[in-house]
Amino acid sequence: MSQNSLLGVTPMRVDLDIIRRWVQPNSRVLDLGCGDGSLMEMLTSDGHTCIGLEINPINIQACVEKGLSVIEQNLDLGLDNFADKSIDMVVMTQTLQAVHYPDKVLQELLRVGREGVVAFPNFANWRCRYYLGFRGRMPVSKFMPYSWYDTPNIHFCTILDFEQLCRDLGISIVERVVVDEQGNSDWLTRYLPNIFGTTAIYRIKR
Amino acid sequence: MTDHNAPTSVGIVTPQVASFNEPLQLSNGGQLDEYQLVYETYGTLNPAKSNAVLICHALSGHHHAAGYHSETDKRPGWWDHYIGPNKPIDTNKFFVVALNNLGGCHGSTGPNTINPATGKLWGSDFPVLRVRDWVNSQARLLDSLGIEKLAAVIGGSLGGMQAMRWTLEYPHRVGACVVVASAMKLSSQNIAFNNIARSAISKDPEWHNGHFYQVDSKPRTGLSLARKIAHVTYLSDDVMGERFGRELKSGDFTLGTHSDYEFQVESYLNYQGASFAETFDANTYMLMTRALDYFDLAREYNDDPAIAFSHAECPFLVISFTTDWRFSPQRSREIVEALLAAGKKVTFADIESSYGHDAFLLPNDRYEALFKGFMNNVAKQLAGGNTDAR
Repeated sequence: MSQNSLLGVTPMRVDLDIIRRWVQPNSRVLDLGCGDGSLMEMLTSDGHTCIGLEINPINIQACVEKGLSVIEQNLDLGLDNFADKSIDMVVMTQTLQAVHYPDKVLQELLRVGREGVVAFPNFANWRCRYYLGFRGRMPVSKFMPYSWYDTPNIHFCTILDFEQLCRDLGISIVERVVVDEQGNSDWLTRYLPNIFGTTAIYRIKR
Repeated sequence: MTDHNAPTSVGIVTPQVASFNEPLQLSNGGQLDEYQLVYETYGTLNPAKSNAVLICHALSGHHHAAGYHSETDKRPGWWDHYIGPNKPIDTNKFFVVALNNLGGCHGSTGPNTINPATGKLWGSDFPVLRVRDWVNSQARLLDSLGIEKLAAVIGGSLGGMQAMRWTLEYPHRVGACVVVASAMKLSSQNIAFNNIARSAISKDPEWHNGHFYQVDSKPRTGLSLARKIAHVTYLSDDVMGERFGRELKSGDFTLGTHSDYEFQVESYLNYQGASFAETFDANTYMLMTRALDYFDLAREYNDDPAIAFSHAECPFLVISFTTDWRFSPQRSREIVEALLAAGKKVTFADIESSYGHDAFLLPNDRYEALFKGFMNNVAKQLAGGNTDAR
């Protein structure tokens, strides 16, 4: 499962830069679905201690070659190997939509982490709406390159959906940044995030 | 077919012997006044003596981990797939030390060597050893080679137990630790298999309470049976099906006839058992399986593996194999969980393989790539460390 494929086409992984600013100095960071370790590499150079969880052997290999600490683990089976509040910051970028139980993963995330960051693609983006509304087809673009039958992204949600889930689970949203395809956060993505936002990045707490 | 001239082989190697006269205190309360360890080295020790890697062997292993002993030697060392130029344990970068553990039967002091107190072979009077005794004797060997700190300690199965023990007993002397297909302690099922193996040996009329040498005999039947049992546990159902299926080596099942038949798998096991019984020492087998059974990483740490690993100071690579049921992936996950709870740096992969426990010895692209990637970073750290020192 290529958990980072969706943002692979975004020019500079803006979500990573935003997350970087949210991590307190000398944190212990857990990256759920860490991909090839780009974020961990960045955070390690910032002085944080990072552990990544990943299930794709190619991504695991990439992390090992970068000298990063990575554990082969299926997020859907929980985070039993981590004690409550044993991590300062748990991050999950472009992975929420690829797990079988997003609600359970979110709860696990805030069980082991004092704080969490979740970044996901907004399925209510105007391009998706256009595709579905006018063409009547599941959206496929360079932004979402898979067909419906072979996509690893099985649980797409919208900004409104995610915020509803947080309310249902008693999770509080500390901060939110929504960016467009170019990675910019402008007046459009600020005032109509659920239409113009491509990627939503949340800092959450319990 | 030998390929000792291959560019990825360490080539012809010669075992060496280190003798120790300072008594070694043993964890059973006794001591060994003097002993010898036979070992091999591959690669070159750098001037800073910082690039040494120690290979800890498993139950039936020994010092001959890589290369060939002569031009006519048919089989390379037991971990030749993983040790050599440009292999995961790259002898262009590392100075590899592989020894035969104390109590072994391949040249190091053990049951089949002379007890200086009696002038006779030790036999079953050889002291019972625990994993930490091996670790202590290995540390002495490194002392004799002038190696203060290992770049890495590496082991599979029982060897992995030694590698983990190293990180707790000598944390300052270990730069990295690789634990392959191992466990923090044996399961009840593991111990049961070892018990059956030991019973097979001790019930053999040629066992003579472990002093069979004096009657010029060997408990071949028992040792062979022990090996056959163990061998089955090292393979997976899948791989046995693939390799042997229900093929017959001899005889047939034609209705209305009768002939003696032998399945391929029987023929294979009989051969493995018989050849092992000729080359391995029954007392060493007893001793090694006892050490395996006894081992419990966290016993002296309040039975809390996280407290145990809190003493470690190095990064770890933990590897398991999907079809290994002797040391299942779950055992490796427990190691990882303890390391995480102790706040240690750890990488873990569960490698897909149909070969069961034996997979740790066999070629496997993913295993090789991962192992190599990790070791390359160990080498990079060394290079970085040297630069800092200047």
